[in-house]
Amino acid sequence: MKKPKSEELKEVILESGIKVKPVYSPEDIKDINFEKEIGQPGDYPFTRGIHPFMYRKRPWTMRQYSGFGTAKETNERFKWLLEQGQTALNVAFDLPTQLGLDSDDPFAEEEVGRVGMAIDTLKDLEEAFTDIPINRISTSLTINPVASVMLAMYLVVAEKQGIPWDQIRGTTQNDILKEYIGRGTWIFPVEPSIRLIGDMVEFCSKNVPKFNPFSVCGYHIRESGATPVQEMAYAFEIAITYIKEVLTRGLNIDDFAGRIAFNFDIHGNLWEQVAKFRAGRRLWAKILKERFGAQNPRSMTLRMIAGGGGGGLTIQQPENNIVRGAYYALISALSGTQTMALCSYDEAYTIPSKKAALLSLRTMQILADEMGLKDTVDPLGGSYYVEWLTDKIEKKIIECMKKVEEIGGMVKAVESGYIQREVSRQAYIREKKIQSGEITKIGVNKYVMEEEKANIKFHPFNPKVAEEQKKKLKEIKTQRNNNEVKDALGGLKEAAQTSENVMPHILRAVKSYTTLGEITKIFKDTFGEFKEPVGL
Amino acid sequence: MGEKKIRVVIAKPGLDGHDTGAKVVIHALKDAGMEVIYTGLHRTIEEIVNTAVEEDVDVIGLSIYSGAHLPLSKKLMEQLEEIGLTDRLVLVGGNIPQKDIKTLKEFGVCEVFPTGAKLDEIVNFIKKSVKEK
Repeated sequence: MKKPKSEELKEVILESGIKVKPVYSPEDIKDINFEKEIGQPGDYPFTRGIHPFMYRKRPWTMRQYSGFGTAKETNERFKWLLEQGQTALNVAFDLPTQLGLDSDDPFAEEEVGRVGMAIDTLKDLEEAFTDIPINRISTSLTINPVASVMLAMYLVVAEKQGIPWDQIRGTTQNDILKEYIGRGTWIFPVEPSIRLIGDMVEFCSKNVPKFNPFSVCGYHIRESGATPVQEMAYAFEIAITYIKEVLTRGLNIDDFAGRIAFNFDIHGNLWEQVAKFRAGRRLWAKILKERFGAQNPRSMTLRMIAGGGGGGLTIQQPENNIVRGAYYALISALSGTQTMALCSYDEAYTIPSKKAALLSLRTMQILADEMGLKDTVDPLGGSYYVEWLTDKIEKKIIECMKKVEEIGGMVKAVESGYIQREVSRQAYIREKKIQSGEITKIGVNKYVMEEEKANIKFHPFNPKVAEEQKKKLKEIKTQRNNNEVKDALGGLKEAAQTSENVMPHILRAVKSYTTLGEITKIFKDTFGEFKEPVGL
Repeated sequence: MGEKKIRVVIAKPGLDGHDTGAKVVIHALKDAGMEVIYTGLHRTIEEIVNTAVEEDVDVIGLSIYSGAHLPLSKKLMEQLEEIGLTDRLVLVGGNIPQKDIKTLKEFGVCEVFPTGAKLDEIVNFIKKSVKEK
């Protein structure tokens, strides 16, 4: 029989521009030094995982995004998720809350309680966490420009439950730089926004040591169109920017680097994603050790949440998204993630239904308990292809980071719109490739079926939420001590104008039921607002 | 003599920050030879109408993913009506459920391009409709 020549096969090029050979062999990885570049899990450079026994010792944390309407409804969903075996909460806020607007702000109209819960004052967050033992769970608060206010509220809720701050575990998303690139919930200009992050890190390292004050989101950058290499490179450049800010506060790198967390996307080619994470872990360890002189191995480890990838889901044949979700879970597990939050199959349409959220949770549980994903660490380690690809991707990430550093780092790259342009151009290229069939999407450009319009129930939007919320806000404003509010806001303004840490002032303000909007206004008056570069 | 370039404003009303779809469409329209103005995020309907007037656009495209497309589109159509700018092509794109398309058209929206719409379709629709006007 005549052996076919590999040149006759269809070319395979990954999104990151890497050409894939049909077969790999020891020859392809002969230059990779096992001890130096791969090593053992739990050891530098952590290519294979950040813990020696990974899931064999403890499976990944399972966390689904939830929260809608009022704090009370959210509270009920939280309790239900915890009863189903979920081990952590991931809180969604409505857009006015994410942008620091109170529910009675005219610009908040039509958006109150729509994509998450509305928080105007401490009262709302107290309700959301009623009867939830927040010292026994870890909570992720998905909020960015006003993360400092939400953290303050959460800390006061804990205080009122009698829980000391050093027992509080969780994360505020608080990655403002990615907001300018994708997702779009920014308020203030870049520099003062980064200062707020610095204030939170400084405050937490002294007072809330188990809390991660920010989570760098490659996820949204990828969802906005970036390639897997750009996702990782831009996330690292963002993290480096925050690290440099915190170092100006006189903190040592090992005082806080161990609490830096990342949020990454999972959609796309399985091998490319797995290699992206392995390469990312290795490169991050090198950056922390070599560039920032970290001594503590924990400071060098890339801790991450992964599993989501809304951009890979399709409106067409929506049940296929259940299958995609299961593969995303598999990829995340093979990548050694610490926390997994899967996309729900209805995510392309709406915020997840109860049924969809449960299915996502069961998907992860099946993988962990039935399929052997907990058995052994980094089962793809040593594969000729995966090790070769890990190496290639690491080099590509380094190249991509260099470009950002050449234009002066992430702050300049975002202010000038460079990153936004790179990412949107990539989104356009990808969309054209999907529409031409060059990138295959099942149900979209291959195996397309005439189908009934999807029979998916939308999460009902309740316009009464806004009315209830406004009523509650009005009551609080009449009941609270308005002199105390005024004093707290005065103190906050002074701190904002100098380099004093704003966190103690925000804490004082939220305790006296100052609204999120009132606090945000102080910052807007002091810092101004971000001017978006709109040229593409 | 070249034809006059079609002028389009692509707008992001309200608080929704999903701008990838809007930006992809902007690239496609520019590639098709149109002049495109992007408003950026967090615009009020008043600001969008002002831009449309100042830039004398032929087409106004709203991009909405938050679910607030019905009230926002209604407000736009009412304000265009008020100032007598009723001859412009108004398009809506984003996360728009099938069942709302009819309602949007009743408001006076010319066409709706939900997530997944083909870029060629959008380009061709604009070219054809502007020519006919």
